[in-house]
Amino acid sequence: MGSRASTLLREEEIEEIKKETGFSHSQITRLYSRFSSLDKGENGTLSREDFQRIPELAINPLGDRIINAFFPESEDQVNFRGFMRTLAHFRPIEDNEKNKDHTASEPLNSRTNKLLFAFRLYDLDRDDKISRDELLQVLRMMVGVNISDEQLGSIADRTIQEADQNGDSSISFNEFIKVLEKVDVEQKMSIRFLH
Amino acid sequence: MEDPWGTALALFQVWISVLLCLVMLPAMFGLSLGVTGVYIQILVQILEVSRHMLLFLAQWIIHRDGGSMAQEMLEVRGSRPGGDFTLGDVFYFYKKGMESLVDDQVTQCFSSEELASWNLLTRTNQNFRYISLRLTVIWGVGVFVRYCLLFPLRITLATISFTWLVISTTLVGFLPETSAKHWLSEVAHLMFYRICARGLSATIRYHNKENRPKKGGICVANHTTPIDIIILANDRCYAMVGQVHGGLMGVIQRSMVRSCPHVWFERTEMKDRNTVTNRLREHVTCEDKLPILIFPEGTCINNTSVMMFKKGSFEIGGTIYPVAIKYDPRFGDAFWNSAKYNMVSYLLRTMTSWAIVVNVWYLPPMTRLDQEDASQFAQRVKSAIALKGGLIDMAWDGGLKRARVKDSLKEEQQKMYSSMIVGPDGPSDLAATPPLLDLQD
Repeated sequence: MGSRASTLLREEEIEEIKKETGFSHSQITRLYSRFSSLDKGENGTLSREDFQRIPELAINPLGDRIINAFFPESEDQVNFRGFMRTLAHFRPIEDNEKNKDHTASEPLNSRTNKLLFAFRLYDLDRDDKISRDELLQVLRMMVGVNISDEQLGSIADRTIQEADQNGDSSISFNEFIKVLEKVDVEQKMSIRFLH
Repeated sequence: MEDPWGTALALFQVWISVLLCLVMLPAMFGLSLGVTGVYIQILVQILEVSRHMLLFLAQWIIHRDGGSMAQEMLEVRGSRPGGDFTLGDVFYFYKKGMESLVDDQVTQCFSSEELASWNLLTRTNQNFRYISLRLTVIWGVGVFVRYCLLFPLRITLATISFTWLVISTTLVGFLPETSAKHWLSEVAHLMFYRICARGLSATIRYHNKENRPKKGGICVANHTTPIDIIILANDRCYAMVGQVHGGLMGVIQRSMVRSCPHVWFERTEMKDRNTVTNRLREHVTCEDKLPILIFPEGTCINNTSVMMFKKGSFEIGGTIYPVAIKYDPRFGDAFWNSAKYNMVSYLLRTMTSWAIVVNVWYLPPMTRLDQEDASQFAQRVKSAIALKGGLIDMAWDGGLKRARVKDSLKEEQQKMYSSMIVGPDGPSDLAATPPLLDLQD
């Protein structure tokens, strides 16, 4: 038996994930431990049911959207690489990364990429616009049955009106960024991983 | 040339008589020769020595922010007045969702506790890597001791104890109903449990014995393993509650009930809550009967926390005697992960661990107050047990081990959020806002 976590994850893989996501060696092994404990079928991948088994995630109103973010189009299983790639969006931005040279490709946890992640959770059909319907869907998930259709509709209309600058009655990614420019996205969309 | 079978038989006879004298006789009188105590001392020394040779990997992954929903929403909205929705509101849910994905309180209750330092059992080796030859040698010696010396001893004791139980309780069952019969039955049961405890190298420390459950009461405790029953019954006799089983368990159940009244339910009866409650109430109101032993969590939890107590046990009435049980994880993992191991493999694992070291605290008796209902009473008892045993008090249901979480919990979250975006006060009211009905008429 021995330490299941580190024997099944090779050093080269850890290095690759480190480069891609920016997590440290020990963080990757601990997250692999977590991945393995969620993987009840022990086949190296997670399915949607494995995520649903976490009660705190199952009662989250946007839980289904979060789970979907891990599964690329029409796939039912996610492996550890994919798991880490999605989690990497929530890695906090370190001080030494803030002033990095922007000619290199942007790290997954940059402010823009965090916002893009949130934008994609609204924009299901990937047409780079949040339409009124898409906004209503997310709103409905968050409020359940407690608010009427009309009231929810007017909230959606008002939100689009305030954000929309080019008059197409939907919110593009740039308009999305503009609305949230004063929000501390780095803190709100980051998890405090321990080293 | 000596007959090999003859030698083997002679050795076997010596072995059994040694056991009889050193284990069974003291067990009958509740005495101890102190062998287990010495063994535990030696073990502690060895574990200390090996701890210094280990490289330890940290267990914690994230640090969770403790802000409430209201606080977090206010921070996202910044200077916006009023309580309306903003596009950034979703961040709270995404962050909480991701945090629970990486590290959640509930699923870890259903798997074994991670140790701060390795205890030389391969099965608990989750975070440690190969370090040195010396450590491996110590571990190798440990394997030999556990599998070749302790394990045969324990199996023999287990067989003796079960045989003893069936024979003695059947014999006692033939006697007429007198106080002598009750006394003999208690002795028979206690002996059985004591031999079992010896068989597991169990060291049990009872605290506050003055609060020990009395006749006509109900004893409730946190549940980690079926061995809990052995641990508690080493001190006094209880009336067991449970389902009728077939096979070996059924034989044991039937013989136990001959000598003193336990409460065994048929599977069909268990479904009807009223039948169950009535039968238990009948038992409790008869002052002369042994206290019932119930585990209100309904399933085994890993001994780091206490999960929701089912209110059924607290509707019966009578006095509740809470008991807190805490196992020392250094000597072996007592938790029965029923999803991973069946009963037989669990028993084999337990019999090849170092030992079972456990603290039992008897808490003062509690009764339901007039102004509280059964679930509030259950919560009160649970908090007392968690506090005494040094366990985390969790509101989540132990049934989540197998079942899905109830939708009503998600609905609560949705209600809370809704009140934030249509409430007249908006998020400026940082305390949890009461749910509001739709404002439009």
